[in-house]
Order: sequence, then structure tokens, then C-alpha cells
Amino acid sequence: MTESALINIAVAILFLPLLGFAVTLLLGKKVKKIYLFEVFILFLGLAGAIAIAYTKLTSLSDAELVSEFTWINLGNTPLLGEIKINLGIMIDNIAALMMVVVMLISFLVHLFSIEYMRGDPRYNRYFAYLGLFTFSMSGIVLTHNILMMYIFWELVGVSSYLLIGFWFEKKSAADAGKKAFIVNRIGDVGMFLGILMLFTTYHTFTFDEIFAQISQGVLPFNSGFWMSVTGILIFCGAIGKSAQFPLHVWLPDAMEGPTPVSALIHAATMVAAGVYLVVRVFGIMTADALVFIATIGALSALIPATIALTQNDIKKVLAYSTISQLGYMIMSLGVGAFQFAFFHLITHAFFKAGLFLGSGSVIHAMHHEQDIRQMGGLRKKMPITYYTFLLFSLAISGIPLTSGFLSKDGILAGSFAFGTLTGNQFFAIVGFFVALLTAFYMFRMVIITFHGEPRNKEKYEHAHESKAVMTVPLIILAVLSIFIWYTPNPFNPDQGWILSKGINTHEQYIPEETRYDFLVPGEAAVVEGEETGSVMYSESYEEAMHSVHVPTMILSLLMAGLGILLAFVFYQWKKVNVDRLAEKYKPLYNFSLNKWYFDELYDKTAVSGTIGLSRFLGKFDSKVIDGIVNGSASVTKGFSTFIGKFDNIVVDGFVNFAAYLSGFVGLIFRRFQTGKVQTYLVFVLLSVVILLFIFNSF
Amino acid sequence: MIHVGLTHFLVISIVLFALGLYAVITRKNAVMVLMGIELILNSANINFIAFSKFGNFGLQGQLIALFVIILAAAEAAVALAIVLNIYKTVANINVDEIDSLKD
Repeated sequence: MTESALINIAVAILFLPLLGFAVTLLLGKKVKKIYLFEVFILFLGLAGAIAIAYTKLTSLSDAELVSEFTWINLGNTPLLGEIKINLGIMIDNIAALMMVVVMLISFLVHLFSIEYMRGDPRYNRYFAYLGLFTFSMSGIVLTHNILMMYIFWELVGVSSYLLIGFWFEKKSAADAGKKAFIVNRIGDVGMFLGILMLFTTYHTFTFDEIFAQISQGVLPFNSGFWMSVTGILIFCGAIGKSAQFPLHVWLPDAMEGPTPVSALIHAATMVAAGVYLVVRVFGIMTADALVFIATIGALSALIPATIALTQNDIKKVLAYSTISQLGYMIMSLGVGAFQFAFFHLITHAFFKAGLFLGSGSVIHAMHHEQDIRQMGGLRKKMPITYYTFLLFSLAISGIPLTSGFLSKDGILAGSFAFGTLTGNQFFAIVGFFVALLTAFYMFRMVIITFHGEPRNKEKYEHAHESKAVMTVPLIILAVLSIFIWYTPNPFNPDQGWILSKGINTHEQYIPEETRYDFLVPGEAAVVEGEETGSVMYSESYEEAMHSVHVPTMILSLLMAGLGILLAFVFYQWKKVNVDRLAEKYKPLYNFSLNKWYFDELYDKTAVSGTIGLSRFLGKFDSKVIDGIVNGSASVTKGFSTFIGKFDNIVVDGFVNFAAYLSGFVGLIFRRFQTGKVQTYLVFVLLSVVILLFIFNSF
Repeated sequence: MIHVGLTHFLVISIVLFALGLYAVITRKNAVMVLMGIELILNSANINFIAFSKFGNFGLQGQLIALFVIILAAAEAAVALAIVLNIYKTVANINVDEIDSLKD
């Protein structure tokens, strides 16, 4: 297959979901079965994505395939020179892999939704929105410039908004949609500023052209500081979209949307777009920016993990777990373990989508009951859901033989190696602690939901295993959560194709003095890198990674095992009375249950601040601005009144006086005009007499 | 016996002219007005004849006086015809009341 054929397929699978969206939306009311068209299109998209990824990874070089056209040609502008805005798509190994993830999960979610959403009054519209989302997400993945990425970035925001608020009759759902959209805007403003910084410096939006100029040492305002600022600003977009601290508050609320949507958008793909963005622009991230990113990631991993411990809504637990895992990925990027971040993105997409679909299956069986305290004992009723759910939970906890173990271990090793190289072990400690928390809250949920005695007998009686169209996606995702797809060695992914072949094409472009020391490739690494295709890391980093590998593995296993054990002690065997423990540490328990009071904090500060400001501006508008307008109006009115008076009295006075004068004169002269010949004759006589006198005097 | 000179004639002429003019201006009856005009014409004739007698103009004055008499006859005919027509139209020959010139 030639390269141009790959480009053509990529363009086709980019725009097919848009076609599906349009057709499904337009014909949705007429044709009841039109959703099958949308599902079929996704199947084509999946086939195309697999074809692209297979061809790209097996028979082509690691070089990117780029196809672009000039969208706007501003020509030779004064001061800035030649400016062209190009749009286009780029396929490299990462984009090809990401396309497969997006298309596969999207396809499975479509399948799952066929049954899950059955009977919904807006059934076809739901599928249309899924199509719109898939189109937008593919656009983010395939774009070769940051402008297009921003456009599609906003488009996924829109489709996310539409799908969170899909059941907009519920006020909470409508509010959650608004919240998600507005909180995302905050991050996007930062991203937009970052894009403007890049454009003003490099006069192009295309990634490769920006990277090429950075390699030649062109920096914003010629300083590494502003390069860091640009990187952090762009990362702000990722904070919003990937629900990182402090903008994480929208994701738990987004669980108001249909559960398959949560699986697709708010677990696997859209929220991972933030990670993907940072992966794309990793080459311009300076050491300062990366430390910032790692800190945000660590906080986002830690805080939601502590919140997830006490939540009782099955989807809320998963939502906080998602934020926590995304925090892992972001932290991993921040400590320079670039490839493990993307690896974790892929594995997490599969097992987290599986967890959400599994919870969807449970919720569907329990007639839209989401409170885990109402469940229990579902293991016997729903065996397929239970075993897949268990596998996903093992994967997210990082138990060997699962995919999650490989990627999570890589992230922890990366943080650990970062710690040994820089002396800053904060990220490693947070990483291991969160691993413990993750295992604990996941198994707390599994045990409460599936084990023990049913707490709500009535609902339990009605519960049953879901239909095949729902369980098959679960099984597929479960299969994909096993290590064998990524590497032959279940304890070390380094030899696996995904790290040696899939994620090896990136390097840093910024000047060496602004990078982490270990991201400056040494002489030996360069030579070695030409063989493996990786030129990013120094020799010392490779050594550090190697030396921490075994300790990391043991420690992370200990943590995960401890977490699972504690969950069993607390909830399965009930050796410790959980309620009494919660009573004993009530402040801590409430702090976690109430999500660290973030919503309340933002309500008190940002929201009420905004409302207060709006109110003040409203007052200002109605008092000052309106006052000025009204004042000028009354001044004009007064002036007009004066002019009117002047007109009425002076000007009209003159006119009337002239009229009166002529009338008066006329009144006099009318007397002479009697019509009587004799009178006229008298006048003639008088005149003659007068004339006689006049001529006499000459 | 008093010598009758030009002045006497002229005085009579003036008196006659003044009487005629007075008649023309004050009479209400149109016929009276016409009679006033005749007086004015005749005062003019007296003037012509007086100047003809006392001046050395030959007989020109007498001739013009004759001419004026003929003219007066014609004028009287025309004027009386007009008066008749006015009477036919407004059933009145009172010049005070004929003031349609005003309109």
C-alpha cells in the first residue's frame, strides 16, 4: 500500500463519521433504523484505522506522512513576511495507534449503546452525536497543525456538552453540561494564548515548521523563560480537557450523561486528548514547564484518588479514578517518561472504557440504580460483567499479566528514575501512594457491588445478565487488557512492539540548556538511538531506568496487593467496622466524601465572584453608562427645547411680523381700492394737483 | 363799460371746468356724470375759442372747438349706450353702486 493511499484512507475515516452525523441527524425522525448506518460507518472507520496502523507500523519507516493544502494565503504581509495558513493531516506512529484506540472504543460504545439506549425518545440523535464526537476526536488525532487541533478541540467540547446534557429534561444533566463546557473554556483560553504566542513567534501553525524553527534556536522573545510560558499555556488546554487539578470539577458531574458516553468521552478518548496534546508538543516543553506539568499531574493523581475512597455512586468512583489515572499520565509526561504516558493512555483507554461499560451493564440491569449501597451479590446474576469488571479492576490496580501493570509500572519507574537523577522523589512517592489508593477503592467498589449479600432484594430479583450486544464489547475490551497484545514479556514492556516500534518517534527540539539533563542525548545514546529510532534520552537516564526497574516492580506490586488486601479486610471479611472507622475520623471522612469541598470553594469564590462582578457591571451599566446616555439625551432634549422655543418665538416672530405688516399695509391700501370710478377720479385729480405743485417748483 | 379780455373768458372757462368736474365727481346718476363731462368739454372749447380770438393762431381754435363738439356728440352717444347697457345689466345707473371694478 502506498503512502498516498494511507492518506486517502485517513481522510476518508476522518470525514465518514461527519457524514454519519449529518445523515443520522437529518433522517433520524423519519427512519427508525438509521442508527445502524452510523454503526456501520464506525465499523468502516475501525477497519480503516487498523489498516493504517498496521501498514504504518509494519511496512513503512517511522517518518511522518503529511498531506497539506494552503487554506488561507495572506501573502507577503508587512512586518511579518510570508504568511500561509496550511491545513492538513499527519500520520505518524502515535497518531496511527491513537486512531485505532479512538475508532475501536467508539465502535464498541456504539454497539453497547444499541441495547443500553433502547427505548430512548431521542435514540437516533444520540447516535448522531456520537458520530460528531468521533469526527472531532479523529480530527484532533490526525491534525498536523495546532490551529486545526484547536478547532477540533472545541468540537469535542461541543459534542461532550451535547452528550452530557443528552437527558436535558433533568436539571442536573443540563447543569453538568454547562459546567463541563464553561470549565473547559477556562483551560482553552490558556491554550489559545499559547497558540497565539507560537504564531506570533513562528508565523505558522504547523507543528513541523514550528519544531524546525525551534531546532534552529528561534524562541519566543528569544528567551527560554517565554518558551516555558508558552508550553504551560498550551498545557492549560490539557488541564481543562483532561480534567486536571484545579479544573477537575467538571468530570464527576459529567457522569450525568449516558454511561456509554462516559466510557467513550469521559474515560477513554476525549479526556485523553489533553495527554495527546502534550505528547504532540512534547518537543517544545522546557524543564520548567515539565516540572509544572508533573506537579499538576501528581496533584491530580492524588486528590481524586482520596475522594474516590468514599464515593457511593459507581460512576463517580470511576470518574475520580479517571482523573487520577489521567494525572498519572500527565505526571509521567512531566517527569520525561514520555512513552509510558502514551502507553498508559492506550491501556487505560481500554480498561477504563471497559469499567464504564461494565458499570453501564450493572446500571442497566439494576434499572438505572447507580448507588453501590443498593447493589451487592451481583456476581451470580451477571457473571460475564463480573469477570470482565474484575479483570479491568486488576488492570487499573496494576496486577501482573494485565496491560495496566506494564504501563503503570513504566510510569512509576519513570518517576523513580527522575527522582534518582534529580533528587526530587516527590513524584515517585505520590505515584506509589496513589497506586495503593487505586487498588483499594477499585476493590472496595467491586466487593460492594458484586460480592456479599444483595442489599436491595427487589432490584436484585429483577437483575439479569445483559444481552450479547452489551457483553461482547466488554469481552473484547477485557481481552485487550491482557499484556500479550503489547509485549511478549509480562514484566518488561521494553521489548514489546508498542515501545520499540509504536511510540519511538519523538524528540525534543528546544535548546539543550532548557531541557532536563537526561533528555539531552549523549554520544552513545545517539548511536544506539539510530538503531532503535529513539534519540531522546541520555545514557544516564537509560541506566537509571534500568536500575530502578526491579525495585519499582516489587514496590508497586506491594502497594497494589496491600490495597486489594485492605479492601477485602474492610469490605469482604469485615474484620474492621467501616462505619465506626468513618465515625472515628469523621472530619477526614467528610472531607473526602464532599470532594475536598472543591465545588463549594469554587461556588464561593469563582462562581459567586463572577456573579458579583456581573452584578456590579450590571449596576455600572444601568447607573453609569445609562446615566451618561440618559444625560446626553436630556442635554440634547434641553437644547432642542431651547432651539424649538427660539424657532417659535424669534424666527416665527419675524415671519409673523412680516405677515402682519403686509396685512396692516394692505388694510390701509384696501381703502383706496373702492371700485368706484369717481373715487379714482378724485385720486387722479389729487395727483395732478400734486404734480402741478412739484413741477411748479422746478 | 368794462373791456372784456382773455382773462374773463378763462375765468368762465375755469368756473365751467370746476362745475363740470364737481358734477362728475359728486353726482350719483350716470347721466348727470355725462352732463358734467359735457361741461368740461365746453370749458375746453371756450378756452380754444378765447385763445383763437386773442392770440394770432388764425382759425385753428374755432376749428378744434367744432371738432370737439362733434366729438362730444359721438362721445355722448357712446356713453349713453354704455349707460343703457349698464342699466340693462344691473337695473341701476347709480355710479355709487357700480363698484365691480373693485373685484
